[in-house]
Amino acid sequence: MNRKLMIVDDSNVVRRSIERAVNLDNLDIVGVAGNGIKAIELFKETQPDLVTMDITMPEMDGVQCVEELIELNPEVHILVVSALADKATAIEALSKGAQGYLSKPFNPKELNEAFLELLEDD
Amino acid sequence: MTSLTLEQTEQHDLQAFIDGTAHYFDHITGQEAVVGAPYLRTTENPSLEYTGMIGVSGSRKGFVYFTSSREMLENVLDAMGETDFCDANIADITGEIANTISGNVRRSYGKNFMISVPVVLAGGNHQVTFPGGNATYIIPVSWKQFEPRLMICLE
Repeated sequence: MNRKLMIVDDSNVVRRSIERAVNLDNLDIVGVAGNGIKAIELFKETQPDLVTMDITMPEMDGVQCVEELIELNPEVHILVVSALADKATAIEALSKGAQGYLSKPFNPKELNEAFLELLEDD
Repeated sequence: MTSLTLEQTEQHDLQAFIDGTAHYFDHITGQEAVVGAPYLRTTENPSLEYTGMIGVSGSRKGFVYFTSSREMLENVLDAMGETDFCDANIADITGEIANTISGNVRRSYGKNFMISVPVVLAGGNHQVTFPGGNATYIIPVSWKQFEPRLMICLE
């Protein structure tokens, strides 16, 4: 069965680069969102298995959104993809329930490896 | 205990931006950028066609700016595999470059180097406002045939 991916980032260019980079046979993109509030709405509609989450976004930041998504579904896999490269932010996101942290800038190979690592845990 | 002179402190502070800029272009485009030595701003308006501006608060206060020609930004999008060079995507990548370089600096500066979402200024004659009282350093970049700039104005 294919897994469902939702992409959350306030940059359209980054969202599209993630869409192009996804290169796993069993992963379908079910939605994209530009901020945390839209991400929660879309999450309820599409019930993704995997989410890429930016942190610095307007309306609601990624760390708060991670917390809310985990409350909705503790089983969801969340990969934070952020320019914030300090350890404390990564630890905070992971403590809220994210399972992976990839620093921007990223390349397609790194992104797909991070997806595989998260999905392997199942 | 070693103490640093003011010049050494400034060089140390700027090095994280220099390293971050080189890393960004190398990683995103696969083509290295040459990042030059920082110098103090002397001209009134050193901005190019597009400028991405990041507000900094917390342990440091001020702004980080990335400014570039449109043609260079189109080349960055192309290197990323993006084919749509519309105005919105050009503005978006301008902000994203400023955001990524500023965010990566937290590797050295820590979590209290807090950054805003980017604001993008566009147009050949746009004027960037620099907060008074602080020196602005310009870090020249050379990537392909283009010469964008990073501008750092921090307390």
